[in-house]
Amino acid sequence: MKRFLIPLGIFIVLVGFLAVGLKLDPREVPSPLIGKPAPDFKLALLSDSAKQLSPADLRGKVWLFNVWASWCASCRQEHEVLLDLSKQGGVPIYGMDYKDQPGDAQAVLNRYGNPYVETVVDLDGRAGINYGVYGVPETYLIDKNGIIRYKHTGPVTVEVLSKKILPLVKELQQ
Amino acid sequence: MRPWMIVLALWLPFAAMANEAKPLAEDPVTEQRMIALSENLRCLVCQNESLAGSRADLAQDLRQEIREQIRAGKSDEQVIDYLTQRYGDFVLYNPPVKPLTWLLWFGPFALLIGSVGGLYAYIKRRGNRPVDEPLSEEEKKRVADLLGNNGNKS
Amino acid sequence: MIPELGHFALILALLLALVQSILPLVGAARNNPVWMSVAKPAARAQFLFVAIAFGALAYSFLTLDFSVVNVTRNSHSRLPEIYRFTATWGSHEGSMLLWTFILGLWTMAVTLFSRHLPEDMMARVIGVMGLVSFGFLLFMLATSNPFLRMEMAMDGSDLNPLLQDPGMVVHPPILYMGYVGFSVAFAFAIAALLSGKLDASWARWSRPWTTAAWSFLTVGIMMGSWWAYYELGWGGWWFWDPVENASLMPWLVGTALIHSLAVTEKRGSFKAWTVFLAIGAFSLSLLGTFLVRSGVLSSVHSFATDPTRGLFILMFLLVVIGGSLLLFALRASQVGLGGRFALVSRESFLMVNNILLLTATGAVLLGTLYPLFLDALGLGKISVGPPYFNSVFVPLVTPLIFLSGIGPLARWKQVNVPELAARLKWGFGASVLVAVLLPFTLGEWKPMVSLGYLLSLWIVVTVAIGVRGRMRTSAGWSANFYGMNLAHLGVAVTVIGVTMVSNYQSERNVRMEVGDTITVQDYTFRFDGVKDMVGPNYKGSRGTLEVSRNGKPVSTLHPEKRIYTASGMPFTESAIDYGLTRDLYTALGESLDGGAWSVRLFHKPFVVWIWIGAVLMALGGLLAITDRRYRTSRKKGSAKA
Repeated sequence: MKRFLIPLGIFIVLVGFLAVGLKLDPREVPSPLIGKPAPDFKLALLSDSAKQLSPADLRGKVWLFNVWASWCASCRQEHEVLLDLSKQGGVPIYGMDYKDQPGDAQAVLNRYGNPYVETVVDLDGRAGINYGVYGVPETYLIDKNGIIRYKHTGPVTVEVLSKKILPLVKELQQ
Repeated sequence: MRPWMIVLALWLPFAAMANEAKPLAEDPVTEQRMIALSENLRCLVCQNESLAGSRADLAQDLRQEIREQIRAGKSDEQVIDYLTQRYGDFVLYNPPVKPLTWLLWFGPFALLIGSVGGLYAYIKRRGNRPVDEPLSEEEKKRVADLLGNNGNKS
Repeated sequence: MIPELGHFALILALLLALVQSILPLVGAARNNPVWMSVAKPAARAQFLFVAIAFGALAYSFLTLDFSVVNVTRNSHSRLPEIYRFTATWGSHEGSMLLWTFILGLWTMAVTLFSRHLPEDMMARVIGVMGLVSFGFLLFMLATSNPFLRMEMAMDGSDLNPLLQDPGMVVHPPILYMGYVGFSVAFAFAIAALLSGKLDASWARWSRPWTTAAWSFLTVGIMMGSWWAYYELGWGGWWFWDPVENASLMPWLVGTALIHSLAVTEKRGSFKAWTVFLAIGAFSLSLLGTFLVRSGVLSSVHSFATDPTRGLFILMFLLVVIGGSLLLFALRASQVGLGGRFALVSRESFLMVNNILLLTATGAVLLGTLYPLFLDALGLGKISVGPPYFNSVFVPLVTPLIFLSGIGPLARWKQVNVPELAARLKWGFGASVLVAVLLPFTLGEWKPMVSLGYLLSLWIVVTVAIGVRGRMRTSAGWSANFYGMNLAHLGVAVTVIGVTMVSNYQSERNVRMEVGDTITVQDYTFRFDGVKDMVGPNYKGSRGTLEVSRNGKPVSTLHPEKRIYTASGMPFTESAIDYGLTRDLYTALGESLDGGAWSVRLFHKPFVVWIWIGAVLMALGGLLAITDRRYRTSRKKGSAKA
């Protein structure tokens, strides 16, 4: 009888979803800011606290916005990747030092090299909240009109860079 | 804790200088609204704790943000909007009712109504009047057999 | 050497499980008594080797053999002895071994206590349990070998502090006794489908096993809830976390199964349905294992996750559950319908009970997996949390509890409605009156409090009517009848606990300096400072709070903040003064400037009733098992052997 097959049918559908679910990361939260203008801020530079930077200053450029901190261990993992990227010079990287001591952050850059054109300092994490930062490091790709086009949570890897970020950068730069 | 503090701790009760402990929050009304709000919000870092229960750094920042917004006269909806604009529906423990969540919200009740209706139809179809169907002699024997009640099972 | 012995024992157990399943199942199909007779000895030998493996792992943990990966990851030289032992099942690998060990225990129990079963039934039941065991052993050997060796480490990285707790000594084994216990009901159902013999005697065999497993699961869930209450430091007792939901779902279906089995045994009805529930309860246990172990859902409780393991368990689920449901679809239509019943009858009440329980299960499953569904379809990420579950659960459970008052008083086949109404009207009136008025004496009147009291009083009144009715007819002692009533009273007690603590709990979050006091619901807490302390594998701070009421001392509480040396994990250890009518719950927050501390204090009225009620439910289940009609047949069977 057909009705006795219903449980089996439901179960098969369930297994299908669970199989897909195995490949998904339940911890990754997509940003609702994609396709929206990058939230504004006016923050002091790490290199010179008298100067300030705001996303409006970068209009007309495609740029990467990397949120990092000296206390963040997995930021060290991506540091090398970001350094290589900055040497290639395909896309400028701006950093945001998130809830950190500026001195500690500067020490990290001095020791491991500086991939950033500039780094802004977000002492109290308020700018971070506006960007929906929930785990450092996070990287945003922002286009010429100041719209966020892509967000990556966690350390940037060579794979993410070559498969996702760089092709998108090229497309946006045209 | 230093030894002198222990001495002090032992001595203090006798000194009867007991003060009423102060609430951690400066403004209990704001605090209550903040807790009520954040109990239904999900902490993003620890993920399976509410914003109210989490001790994570980001949760503390967000609680502070909510306090400030409440003090600035924002309504609960405005505070929630503020958070969903930044973190998405993911922060809401109480998912909003929209076409995408209709199955979630109404599914259980549709299932209940459907099953009760099905049961009603089933009983009606089988006939309302109960008729006993006694076990046949053979069946009775087998039941007794299987339960070992006759004591001489093979 | 010992770990290798354990590993070898697991391999032998795997082979024996294969023998235990194939020979008896094929033998039963071909009516070959020799092949069928392999079932019992193979099952016992399999259990022996699993027990040896379990012993070997426990030995490695007790002797701190840091050449075993599992030990190194989950133990530490300074870990107290008792936790060294419980760390045996503190890891993913170890808990899978415990699972298999307990499956072996249940199989042993079936071989010992079911001597009256016909040979082919026994062979099939043991065979099916052997198949399940085979799956788990293969899973362990293929993806999660608990005896994996490594280069000798200096020391271990310590057991998760959450697990270093007396509650964790007994909670996992008892919970697993429940989960795995449903495998017996499952095996009986599959055996019945295979043989095509599905009658009242099948229900009678299956019933005590199901009730026993259900009682264990009840206590297991209760302990988990209590543990979360005192150990997580938030004072909550149920979080609707995926791991908790994973244990709740088989419990709900198991509860439905117990009630449905009653109908099948007494009236021969709902046979296909009962078989379906037996498959469902165990399937949800397996699904729960998958959800916890695979990492598809994030949870505060999931301690070990690995997608490759997830894939294996998923394949295993597909074979076991998919196979069972296919068998069900093929055979269920041949099952007879059983006795007829009227629209208003005990049968229909029990059926509505089943529908409500299954709908509640469906809601929990839907809520737990809905974020995954949307994510898999690329429709965005959402969260489903306590507000959803509470708002869906309450309207489903309310009629369920209300019906559980009427059901036991209703006649089989057909209820004489006016007669039943006459029996119940005074009790109903009294329950409503008291439920409406009582909350006024508790302070603020709240509709939910009245509802909670109404449900609880209704059960108490109907149980009293039922028991008095039975005594009048002098029908004599029936463990089954009194067990059921005790379990229903347990529900009433839990409902009171939930109602009181959800509506009248008080919380204070204060800054306390030495000597400061704070009063919460007549109880005055005086903070006598914090001292440094050193534990075996942690350092910490230990606070002292003197509690008094109207000037009379009540208790001294010592909440702690610990930092575990090996992992560096900070940890809050709450201090609770338990009481029948209230718990006083304290937890230390942060150290503030000026020697002050932030302190969290709760007054939780009637919170222990939640767990006392659960214990009463389980005791009711255990009492029902002692019923003479299960025992006599067993005695006769064993007397003969």
